[in-house]
Amino acid sequence: MKKRWLSLLLSATVAVTMAAGCGTEKNEGNTQENNTTEEGTGTDNAGTEDNNQGNNETADAQGAVYYLNFKPEQAEQWKELAKLYSDETGVPVTIETAASGTYESSLKSEMAKSEAPTLFQVNGPAGLASWKDYCYDLKDSAIYKNLKSDDFALINDAGEVQGVAYVIETYGLIYNKAILSEYCKMDGAKIKDVSEINSFAKLKEVADDMQARKEELGIQGVFASAGMDSSSDWRFKTHLANLPIYFEYQDENIDTTEAIKGTYLDAYKNIWDLYLTDSTVEPAMLSGMTGENAAAEFGMGEAVFYQNGTWAYNDIAGNEVADEDMGILPIYIGVGDEANQGLCTGSENYWCVNKNASQEDIDATLEFLEWVITSDEGRKSFRDDMGFVTPFSSFTEEYQPENPLVAASNEYIDAGKTSIPWVFSTIPSEKWKDDVGSALLEYAQGTGNWEAVQSAFVEGWASEYQAVNE
Amino acid sequence: MQNSLKKYFPIFALPTAAAFAIGFFVPFLMGIYLSFCKFTTVTDAKFVGIDNYIKIFSDKTFGHSLWYTAAFTIVTVILINVLAFTVAMLLTKGIKGTNIFRTVFFMPNLIGGIVLGYIWQLLLNGILANYQKTLTYNSAYGFWGLVILMCWQQIGYMMIIYISGIQNIPGELIEAAKIDGATPQQILRNVTIPMVMPSITICTFLTLTNSFKLFDQNLALTNGEPSNMSELLALNIYNSFYGRTGYEGVGQAKAVVFFILVALIAVIQTRLTRNREVQQ
Repeated sequence: MKKRWLSLLLSATVAVTMAAGCGTEKNEGNTQENNTTEEGTGTDNAGTEDNNQGNNETADAQGAVYYLNFKPEQAEQWKELAKLYSDETGVPVTIETAASGTYESSLKSEMAKSEAPTLFQVNGPAGLASWKDYCYDLKDSAIYKNLKSDDFALINDAGEVQGVAYVIETYGLIYNKAILSEYCKMDGAKIKDVSEINSFAKLKEVADDMQARKEELGIQGVFASAGMDSSSDWRFKTHLANLPIYFEYQDENIDTTEAIKGTYLDAYKNIWDLYLTDSTVEPAMLSGMTGENAAAEFGMGEAVFYQNGTWAYNDIAGNEVADEDMGILPIYIGVGDEANQGLCTGSENYWCVNKNASQEDIDATLEFLEWVITSDEGRKSFRDDMGFVTPFSSFTEEYQPENPLVAASNEYIDAGKTSIPWVFSTIPSEKWKDDVGSALLEYAQGTGNWEAVQSAFVEGWASEYQAVNE
Repeated sequence: MQNSLKKYFPIFALPTAAAFAIGFFVPFLMGIYLSFCKFTTVTDAKFVGIDNYIKIFSDKTFGHSLWYTAAFTIVTVILINVLAFTVAMLLTKGIKGTNIFRTVFFMPNLIGGIVLGYIWQLLLNGILANYQKTLTYNSAYGFWGLVILMCWQQIGYMMIIYISGIQNIPGELIEAAKIDGATPQQILRNVTIPMVMPSITICTFLTLTNSFKLFDQNLALTNGEPSNMSELLALNIYNSFYGRTGYEGVGQAKAVVFFILVALIAVIQTRLTRNREVQQ
């Protein structure tokens, strides 16, 4: 008797699991085709569930939007915005966010599904290479028409607009005004005002002097730790590497290259050496230092300079350093016209619309995007919740976010300094970055030499370019 | 009875067969097919022949990972089995609190690999910080860090298998050996070990394949740093799949090679140890 009950229980479990399995599949199919399911739209669509109910009649002809979001920082804000839109129009919008650092892998698996994202992101020309066959031509879309400049679009040789940037970011050397002005008042200080730092030579002079007086200044080191953990290494293997690449492109008058020469690698070495010697930690500790470590050091006033961008504001705000004490300097590496050098401004967030989605879904997606960048709700969310600076003309003066770093970077543009574009998006592959990063780390901790960095930079570029473009 | 069994065989076998097909057989065949393709998403692949396999050999990191994994496997298989067996011997002597000890030793096995990796990263970095070093300073640190982690995680599990093996040895065999004047060492060598040979087969098989296929602990502990030098094979495959546009197929090809290697080693190992098993 007991056994019979047991087997009954087991078969019931099996039946339930199978029913549940089939059930989800069926629902997914429905949502994709016509969005008329009243209930149980599967967990993925939980957020849009209620919206479907009221709009059953109209939903038939409408498409659906599925956005695979890249920025985990803004995951909740996107969901709220999507809900607003769905409530208003009845078009279901699904937002999924890939965990930090896993976007490419999530995208690869999501795109293979029958219910693929209708809207996804690439990080620039190199990222587009994998997805170019999936990109819908955005030439006639509102997001492209509202773009301030073609610089913010990814346009292929055939003139198709494959991606449109939606957020502009800027990076440089974030600095602590309070500590710097305290230093300026000291006897024998190398400068009397921050504005005197306008070249690499000056920066090095000041940094070295401040490092020597770090006890007096009450700091751990001049530069926040140049951590080479994966949460922080992109600041150097990608963002800092942008400068030598940019200046070489300038010399050669090119936008991208098959083989880099590494003309300014010495300058790259100089700034890297500076980060290492005038740091808060010993170089041997760098492999384990994270992005949070560096942000905390700067936020707590233990370091004066911190190489990062406008997006870092949320990480450093609300600590010891007051908003008005945050400034940002160009990263001087001792190359080019340093007096007129500006910050590094660009984007690595491009929206792409999935060409393989149904026409209704594509239309729905384009309408959703138009709403995002032109409606009050969308623009307010960008300004207040997400803190994005966008390249769209619909974002007028009052829609600029309140971020002291953004304000400071706008001052450089107003002063007529030359912004440095993000040419690192032409880096041939992720592997190139990883190899350069590893070589930088080994050089830093003394287990490798600078030649390894050079070889990863120059020969690595050629071989990666070839590997990717054959 | 025989007849109805035959009649209903397909119905009863169907769920398992279907699950096996969906969960293993189809993905496996698809994986092999994809290793001959260039693709971005798995549903959209272009056949390129053995191109991917040729590229494996031009990849220096694969060779490094291979020997690094081999070294890691040898070290962990020996350490885990010797230590697990020793602990099992101690805990079958009937000392006080045996059950508590067994539970405590078994516990680490219940924690997931990623969590373990991060915990040990914190612990080991905490110790190394005293010497101004970190785990990813040198691949040797990563190697021994992983060995410690794996030992800590797996010894308890293997210990349980060994304990059941040791408890199954008939008491009269050991008694007879004692009456014949065998020393404890002789008993161990000539009675206990031959009698637990089935457990040794299982344990070496498990540790061997586990170490060879290790992924999450490696990812969480060092993530292959520095310069891919502490990258085990599974992580190397993962990184080549996602690291470079157009190299998904190469990652897939590496995975097929990896499968053949693991299968080969496992078959040889079970053959070897099974030959030494004795009938009771």
